[in-house]
Amino acid sequence: MQIGIDIGSTTIKCVVLDQSGSILLSRYERHYSQITQKTTEMLQAIREKYPEEQNISLAITGSAGMGMAQGCGIPFVQEVYATRLAANTYLPGTDVIIELGGEDAKILFLTGGTEVRMNGTCAGGTGAFIDQMATLMKLTPDEMNELAAQATETYTIASRCGVFAKTDIQPLLNQGARKADIAKSIFFAVVNQTIAGLAQGRPIKGNVVYLGGPLTFLSQLRAAFDETLHLTGICPENSLYYAALGSALSAREELNLPEIIHRLESSGVTGHYDSIPPLFQSQEEYEAFRLRHEKAQVPTCDPETYQGPVYLGVDSGSTTIKALVITPDGAILRSLYQPNNGNPVQVVREFLLEFYKDFPHLPIAGSAVTGYGEEIVQNALLMDHGVVETMAHFTAAKRFLPEVEFIIDIGGQDIKCFKIRGGAIDNIFLNEACSSGCGSFLQTFANALGYSVADFAKLGLLADAPVDLGSRCTVFMNSSVKQAQKDGASVENISAGLSISVVKNALYKVIRASSPQELGEHIVVQGGTFLNDAVLRAFEQEMGVQVVRPSVAGLMGAYGAALYAMERQKGSSTLLGPEELQNLTHKVQAVECGLCQNHCKLTVNQFGSDRRFISGNRCERPVTHRAAGDLPDIYEHKLQLLRSYQPIRGKRGQLGLPMGLNFYELLPFWHAFFTKLGFEVITSPPSNRALYLRGQGSIPSDTVCFPAKLMHGHVQSLIDQGVKHIFYPCMTYNLNEHKGDNHYNCPVVAYYPEVIGGNMPLPSDVVLITDYIGLHRPKDFTHKMTAILQKYFPGITLKEVQEALKAGQKEYDSYFTQVRARGDAIIQEARKEHKPIIVLAGRPYHVDPEINHGIDKLICSCGAAVISEDCISQEEPPFQTGVLNQWTYHARLYAAARHIRQEKDMNLVQLVSFGCGLDAVTTDEVRSILESENKIYTQIKIDEITNLGAVKIRLRSLLAALEAPERAGGK
Amino acid sequence: MAKLQYDKKGRLMFTQEMRREYTILVPNMAPIHFRILESVLRSHGYRAVLLNNCGPSVTENGLKYVHNDTCYPALLVIGQMIDALKSGNYDPDHTALLLSQTGGGCRASNYIHLLRKALHRAGFDQVPVISLNISGLEKNKGFQLTLPLLRQAMAALVYGDLLMLLSNQVKPYETEKGQAMAMVETWSQRLVQQFEKKSGYGKKEIAQNMGEIVRDFARIPVQMTPKVKVGVVGEIYVKYSKLGNNDLEGLLYREDCEVMIPGVLNFVMYCIENNITDVELYGGSPIKAMVAKKIMDYLCSIEKAMIDAVSQEPRFQAPSPFYHTKELSRGLIGSGCKMGEGWLLTAEMAELIDAGFQNIICTQPFGCLPNHIVGKGMIRKLKEIYPDSNIVPIDYDPSATSVNQENRIKLMLAIARENLEKKTAPLAYPQKKQAPVSHAASSSATC
Repeated sequence: MQIGIDIGSTTIKCVVLDQSGSILLSRYERHYSQITQKTTEMLQAIREKYPEEQNISLAITGSAGMGMAQGCGIPFVQEVYATRLAANTYLPGTDVIIELGGEDAKILFLTGGTEVRMNGTCAGGTGAFIDQMATLMKLTPDEMNELAAQATETYTIASRCGVFAKTDIQPLLNQGARKADIAKSIFFAVVNQTIAGLAQGRPIKGNVVYLGGPLTFLSQLRAAFDETLHLTGICPENSLYYAALGSALSAREELNLPEIIHRLESSGVTGHYDSIPPLFQSQEEYEAFRLRHEKAQVPTCDPETYQGPVYLGVDSGSTTIKALVITPDGAILRSLYQPNNGNPVQVVREFLLEFYKDFPHLPIAGSAVTGYGEEIVQNALLMDHGVVETMAHFTAAKRFLPEVEFIIDIGGQDIKCFKIRGGAIDNIFLNEACSSGCGSFLQTFANALGYSVADFAKLGLLADAPVDLGSRCTVFMNSSVKQAQKDGASVENISAGLSISVVKNALYKVIRASSPQELGEHIVVQGGTFLNDAVLRAFEQEMGVQVVRPSVAGLMGAYGAALYAMERQKGSSTLLGPEELQNLTHKVQAVECGLCQNHCKLTVNQFGSDRRFISGNRCERPVTHRAAGDLPDIYEHKLQLLRSYQPIRGKRGQLGLPMGLNFYELLPFWHAFFTKLGFEVITSPPSNRALYLRGQGSIPSDTVCFPAKLMHGHVQSLIDQGVKHIFYPCMTYNLNEHKGDNHYNCPVVAYYPEVIGGNMPLPSDVVLITDYIGLHRPKDFTHKMTAILQKYFPGITLKEVQEALKAGQKEYDSYFTQVRARGDAIIQEARKEHKPIIVLAGRPYHVDPEINHGIDKLICSCGAAVISEDCISQEEPPFQTGVLNQWTYHARLYAAARHIRQEKDMNLVQLVSFGCGLDAVTTDEVRSILESENKIYTQIKIDEITNLGAVKIRLRSLLAALEAPERAGGK
Repeated sequence: MAKLQYDKKGRLMFTQEMRREYTILVPNMAPIHFRILESVLRSHGYRAVLLNNCGPSVTENGLKYVHNDTCYPALLVIGQMIDALKSGNYDPDHTALLLSQTGGGCRASNYIHLLRKALHRAGFDQVPVISLNISGLEKNKGFQLTLPLLRQAMAALVYGDLLMLLSNQVKPYETEKGQAMAMVETWSQRLVQQFEKKSGYGKKEIAQNMGEIVRDFARIPVQMTPKVKVGVVGEIYVKYSKLGNNDLEGLLYREDCEVMIPGVLNFVMYCIENNITDVELYGGSPIKAMVAKKIMDYLCSIEKAMIDAVSQEPRFQAPSPFYHTKELSRGLIGSGCKMGEGWLLTAEMAELIDAGFQNIICTQPFGCLPNHIVGKGMIRKLKEIYPDSNIVPIDYDPSATSVNQENRIKLMLAIARENLEKKTAPLAYPQKKQAPVSHAASSSATC
C-alpha cells in the first residue's frame, strides 16, 4: 500500500494506492493549520480501514508539510516534482500542466524540454487571491463562478497581489459596476498573472491539463484560461490529488504505519520561532490599559427626546459604510457601521429612510460625505458637501485633542496618517498599494482560521510569545504565518504577531518613523482596526507613547463629515427628503469612453429619471464634453510633440524604434539622426493594454517595473508591423547634464535591450540592434557608432554619421527648447489665473498615458496646472545632495525639488513606478529637500494598474492643505 | 580625544587621531575572506572589528532606519552596524564604520549615504563613515589605501577564495565530519599570524602557502560518492553572506550537495576590467585603460598562482580563469553591462555549467535591478545554449520566508537528483588513496 499526503497552505489531500497503482481511497480537507493533527487523523483512518496493513510506504509533499516530514523522518517530495510524476503516470501525452493551489501557481512543461515554474514570493493569482476577492464581494467562490458565467464586460484588474486587485475592485464595486462582470474580470486577472508570471515566453500549447482546487471547482476560471490560450484544456478526474498521487508513487521506503502515527503524535511542536515580547504581562495590566482608553468618549443623546437641528455625516469607505447623525453639540443620535456590500448608495438610503421614519421630528440641517464612495453617494442622495477624507478626519480628531499633532487611521484597506502643523494638515502619508490591506488582512486571516476579527484580535492580548512576523506587505505575511504554524506557534501568538505587524507596517512602511518625537506628543489613533485593543497596545508599545483612541474610532470619518457639514452649512439642506428617497431608482450601465486613447471603462449610474453620475473616468471630458488640448498640461504637450516625429521615407529602408523607457526623451535625437542617415524611422504605436498583453509572455522577471515590461509589447508591435531592423541600444550612460556626480542611466533603462534580446522570440529575418552606445562622448560616438552601424548597414560612412549626429543634437535641443517654452507659458498662465502649479516629477517615460494612467489630467481636473521636472531643473545650478547624485534623470528630480523652494505656488508630486529600486533613494532625498523648506512632499506609486480614486484623495488633500494656510493667514 | 572634523561638503571625516583612538566596525560579507581581511587592517594599525551580530534585531534596525524598498543587503549591513552601535559593546564616540562603495550605476553606490541618513536618524551623528573604494569617491586622512595594504587585501581575498573552494570540495565527502572546516580554521589562524608579521602576501609566499593549503586539504580522508552539484551565483552580498541568504551553503550541505561558489577575486577583476571595456566602447583616456591593464596583470598572476596550486591535486577542481569566464559570456550578454554584478553573473552561470555544475541557484535581493537583466533575464538564453542546465532564481528580503525559499530550492534539487540518476554519472573526481586521518579541533561557527 502506498500513501501520499499533500499538505498545501489551506488544505490537506491524501490518497492511498494499491499495488497496481489504482486509488483505494482519497480525502480532501481544510486543515486550519492543524497540520500534524490532521495528518495523524488521516493516517489513523487509513489504519482503521486497513488494519491488516502494517507496513506501508508513505511520502509527504507540499510546502506546509516540509517541516513536519523532516521532524518525523517521513520522506518528503517537492510538490511540483510529485505532480509531474503523477501526470507522467496517469496522463501520458500531456504537454502542459497548469496547477493553481491555495498560495501557489505552477506551470509544468512536460514535453519538448521539461521545465517547471512556480510563482515567486508573491501570492497573487492563486486560490488565496480568489478567496480574498470573493470575500471582498461577499460571495463564496462558487457563487462568484456562477456569476461570472453571466458576465458581459471585462475590466482590467491587477492580480499581482491581492492588495492591488482590491484597490481595483473596490472602486468598481463602489461605482456600481456589475458583480458578474467583476467576477469574470477577476478570473481573467488570475489567468494573466499565471501566464505573465510563469510562462515567461514559452508558449502554452498542445494537451493542457488543469489541476488544483481553484481550477477544479471554478469552471469559469477554466473557461478564462481556455479563452486566453485559444485551446480547450481538460480537468481530469482526481484533479485535486495529483501532487498526493505523485508523492504516493514516489514512496518507496517501507515504513511501519503504527510507528509513524506514534511519531506524529509524539512529535508535538518545536516551539521554536522568533518571538517578541507579549502585549500585556498580566490581566491587571490589560485592565488598566482598558480603563485609560475608556476616557475618550463621545456623548450620546436620545433622539426620542432631543429637539432641534441635526447633521448627517457619511463615510463611504472601501469596505464599510459609516454614518452618524449628530446634534450641534457633537452628541451622537444615531450611528451606522456596516459593510457596504458593494452598494454604498443602498446602505445609506436604508439608514436614512429608517431615520426619517423613526424620527420625523428631527430635521437634517446639513449633510456631508467623505471616503471612496464620496462622489456617487453625494450625487445619488444630493448631499450638501463632499469632503476629502483627510479633512474629515482632521476635523474629527481636533474634537478630541485640539492640540493634535498626528493622526493615524488604519481602516479596512488603507492607512492614512496626517501630520498637523500650525493648525493645518502639513503632511499626508497614505499607504502605497503594496502595503495596504491591513485591516482587511486581519479579517481575512481571522476568517480563514474560523474567527471573527474582533475575537481573533482578542486572542492575542494575553499571548505569551507573539510571533515576529516582520513588517512587509501584508500579502507576504501569509507565508510568514505559514512558517510560524510550521514552527508550532499557537493561534494566540499568531494573532498577537499579526496585530503587531499591522502596526509595524504602518510605522515603518507608511510613516517611516524611527522615534515618537517624529510624530509629536499628541497622537490620535482611529479607524476600525484600532478598535482592537491588541493593535492599539502594539502601537503604544512600539512607539513608547500613550495615544488617544476616541470611542468612535471606527466612525471618525463620518463624525468629521458631520462636523464639517455643521460648520459649513448655509441655508437649507439639499439632501433628498423621505419621499424622494423612497422613490429613488438606481440603474447601472457599463460603457467604454471613446473620447481619447485611455478608453476608460465608464460606469454610468442613473438616479431617478434625470440624474446621471459617471465614474471610472480619468478626465472631465465624458462629463463636460470639453475638448482636450487646451489644458495647462505639459504631459499632454510632450506627447503631442513626440507624436509629431513621423516616418520620412529614405534610401536605407525602415528602422524601428520601440517607444518606451529612454526613447521617450531621445526620440527627437534618434529620429533626426536616422532620418538624416536615410532611414525611414518607424516608432512603435502608443502604449495600450492590448500592446502590453501582446508582449507580456516574454517578461522574465515579474518584479521589474511596468515601463520596462511594456517594452516587450513595443518591440512585438514593431515586429508585427513588419519592421526588419529594430534599434534598441544599451546605454550605460545618459547625456551629461552636469547636474551631479555622474550621469548614469538606471540599470533597467541601461540594459533592458539585453533582456529583450534574450527573451523575445524574434523572427529569423528581424535584426535587433542592442549594441552599447555612449552619447555622452559625442566625438568618440561618431567613430564607435560608424563601426556599429557598418555591421548592419555596410556603406555608412563616418562623415554621414557626423552629420547625422549634428542633426540629432539640433533636434534634441529644439525639443527641449519647446518643452521649456511651453512649461514657462503654463506657469505664467497659471499665475495669471492664480492656479496652483504641480510639478509632476518622474522619468521622461512617465509621459506615456498607459504608465501614468492619466494622472496629469486628473490634476488638471482638480484645478491645477501641470509641469514636469525638466521644465525647471535646467535653471538650478548644481548643488550638494545628501546622496550620490549619479543618475541623469534623477538629478533632475533633485534640481526641480530645490528649484521650487522659493516658488510659493509650486508643489511637487513625484511619480514612482512600483519596483523602481532607485526611487527608494530618490524619494527620501526629494522629500528631505522639500521638507527642509517646509514644502509638502507627495508621492504617487504607479504600476500596471493604479487606483485613481486613492490618487485623487491624495491630490485633493494636497490641494486642501495648500489652501489651509492661506485661509488661516486671512483670518 | 579626536576632534570631529568636517570636509567642505559637511561630511564627517575620519582623521589621523581617530585612526589611533577609534574602533572601526566592518560588516561581514564572506566569513572566511573577511576574517583574514580584518587582520590585514589590524596589521596596518586600524582597530578593525568584524561584525558578527545577527538575529532579528539586525533586520529590525535595518527596517527602522533604512527606506524599506531599498535592497536587502543595504538593510542588513546598515541594520547590523546600528545594532552593533546600540549594543553597548562599542563606544559610539570612539567608533567608525567602514563600508565599500563601487561608484557604479547601481544603488549600491548609495549605501554609504543611506548609512549616514540612518546614523542621523538613530542619533549617531558623531560616528564617521569610511568609504572603501578605489574610484577616489570620498577621501579620509586617517584611512588610506596604500599599495601594501591593497596588495595584502587582495591576497586575503584570494586566500579566502581558495579556502572556500577547497572546503566546499572536501566537506560533502569527508569521512569524518568537520575536518574541512577545521582545516579552514587552522589556516585562517596561520594566515592571520603571517599577516600580522607583514608576510604572506608576496608572490612567492602566496604560491608557497597555497601549495601547502591544497596539500593539507588533500590529506583529509574522503569517500567519493556521486552527489548533486550546485553552483551559487548572485548579488555579491546575498551570494556569500549567511545573514543574507539564510545560510544557503548550510542548507545545500544538509541536502547532501556539493557546492561551488565562484570567488570574490572574480568580482574584483570584473570591476577593474570594466574600466578597460568602458574605454573600448565609448572612448576615453588610454592611460586609465593602461593602469587598469597593469592591475589586471597583477591580479591574473595571483589568480594563476591559485589555479596552479589547486591543479597540483587532480582530485580538486580549479576555478576557471577570469578571462575564460568572460569568454563564456560572449554571445550571452554584452561586456558593457557593468552595473551590479553585470555580465559577470551571467558569465559565472555559464562557467558553472561548463564545470559540471548544471544546477544553479541565482540569489538576489527582492527587486534587485541589475538582476532583472543579468540573472533572471538571461536564464532563458542560458537554457537555450545549455538545455541541461537547471537554474532557479531565489529572492531574498526581510519578508521572504525560508520555507518558501527552501521549497523552490527543493524543486531544483529534485530535478537535479533525477538528472543525476539518469546519468549514473561516473564519480565526480577520481578517488585517491586516503591519507591518515588528521585530528583537528572542530570549528565553532557563529551565526
